[in-house]
Amino acid sequence: MRIPGTRTVIEPSFWRSALAAGMAAMICAGCGGQSAPEGGTTLQIKGSDTMVNVAQAWAEAYHQVRPGVRVEVSGGGSGVGIAALLRGTVDIAASSRDLKPEEAEQARRYTGREVRSFVVGHDALAVYVHASNPLEEIAFEQLADMFAEGGRIERWSQLGVTIPGGGDKIIRVSRQSSSGTYEFFREHVLGRRDFRLGSRDMNGSKEVVELVAATPAAIGYSGMGYHEPGRVKMLRVSPGAGRPAVAPTMETAMSGEYPIARSLLLLTLGEPEGEIRAFLDWVRSPTGQTIVRECGYVPLTPDERAALTAGR
Amino acid sequence: MGLLIRLCGISAILFVMGILLFIVREAAPVVVSGRVSLVQFLTRPEWFPTSEVHRRYGALAMIAGTFSVTGLAMLMAVPFGLGAALYLSEFCPPRPKEVLKIVMELLAAIPSVVWGFIGLTVLSRIIVTLTGAPVGVNMLNGALVLALMSVPIIVSIAEDALKAVPDSYREAALALGATRWQVTWRVLLPAARHGLLAAVLLGVGRGVGETMAVLMTTGHAVQMPRSVLDSVRTLTANIAAELGEAPAGSDHYRVLFLTGVLLMVITLAINVTADLIVRGVKRS
Repeated sequence: MRIPGTRTVIEPSFWRSALAAGMAAMICAGCGGQSAPEGGTTLQIKGSDTMVNVAQAWAEAYHQVRPGVRVEVSGGGSGVGIAALLRGTVDIAASSRDLKPEEAEQARRYTGREVRSFVVGHDALAVYVHASNPLEEIAFEQLADMFAEGGRIERWSQLGVTIPGGGDKIIRVSRQSSSGTYEFFREHVLGRRDFRLGSRDMNGSKEVVELVAATPAAIGYSGMGYHEPGRVKMLRVSPGAGRPAVAPTMETAMSGEYPIARSLLLLTLGEPEGEIRAFLDWVRSPTGQTIVRECGYVPLTPDERAALTAGR
Repeated sequence: MGLLIRLCGISAILFVMGILLFIVREAAPVVVSGRVSLVQFLTRPEWFPTSEVHRRYGALAMIAGTFSVTGLAMLMAVPFGLGAALYLSEFCPPRPKEVLKIVMELLAAIPSVVWGFIGLTVLSRIIVTLTGAPVGVNMLNGALVLALMSVPIIVSIAEDALKAVPDSYREAALALGATRWQVTWRVLLPAARHGLLAAVLLGVGRGVGETMAVLMTTGHAVQMPRSVLDSVRTLTANIAAELGEAPAGSDHYRVLFLTGVLLMVITLAINVTADLIVRGVKRS
């Protein structure tokens, strides 16, 4: 018996499955790259998902200020942005964590240049729960016991909390490992220990807040710029048992009172010049800093701004 | 002209070989140097590629994720797909048949990211409401989306297999007084069984290789699944999510390529099996 047609279908399908593994990866690895629009310069910014919304707001506003310059923004995580900067596929990397020594070393080895970093604002890393969750504050130890490998807290009842929507098991919402937020949380809250397996690892800051908003028994961490009042709640955070818990606000993040505040950085390869320099200066100008505040992040402190003008 | 055609044919082989070589070359150093044990990679669930204290590269949880999602998807897609193929080839009047086939092709043409989006926004909510699961992005969601994606493939190949059963079989059975259902169960399905099995296996291949849709719908959690409502991570989704940040040449990067080799071995085995089955059909 013959089955006409069957063999011809097998081959494209074989291709598809064989290629799928490799191609998916290639496409992912090769994003970025310079495009040259007619009559103008394009600046590429890539990296931190925490900073995507503020970077996009800068890009739009900057286009009004300098119509000749287009700023293109993409996310992917701080690690992805820094990797792209070192590969030379973007002009500026956005990062919500500091440059790692091995990344600086890589830059020196492969490009012969130093990575320069510019603080462009601050962010409080907020701990989010569902709006109906009765919990109001949490300490570092409790967070580590929930999120870190070997931790003992798995159920809300262990914290004396009853979830109104039902469900006692804690749904941990985390970030994928390329995220600067992930590394910041691991370093400062988990004390460099590993995350426990089984957390939902979202690929964006917004996705974390979305999943927490849709899940009564969830807890997650994300930039405070993604707060959605009424759907999620930001917990007050205490850096240790017995120490006061502080709510994440502009003031507490700026004063350093809030225990998990961090700097938002833009990184360039070598000393920035020309349009890149102009853009970085504008971002740190009062106009650029207003946008930081409008996006829900913390602008540079007056001291930092003073140091900036003095340094020039 | 003849040369050109031959070149096209040979290029297919060259591409496959080239890809295989490239992936193996990128993955090999980490295994050869012994920095990552192959046994550990295949038998441990702990996946901590960027750990600062103890890097571990265990893919078992993701292998389990891939197979559980695909398996569950096939449980749903195979009865549907084979049923639809039977209807199309044996019971359907010609005009609705044309419409159905066009719609089926449309179903096959929907990009996987769109399927993922539907799973993420529509299915997840339905799953939470119906099952009371804490999170809607889980194994069940991924499997539903995969099932919907592989049904068109299963239908088109299974229908070809059924169409290939000579009409004389049907006529003979009907002449003996068999009802339509008896013809279907006792004559058609046994006669076309190799082709139908090939259809199922290609559906499985599709499920194992799918990336974007499962990345968006399974919840992306590394854990050994205990129920269909648990979130899981698949091998493909893990490569897509992590290769962008893994520094080229690092252990993490190479282990991701090792995952690619594993995926290729799995899909190759499935496709070769399907091929052998069809070949067996031809010989008999």
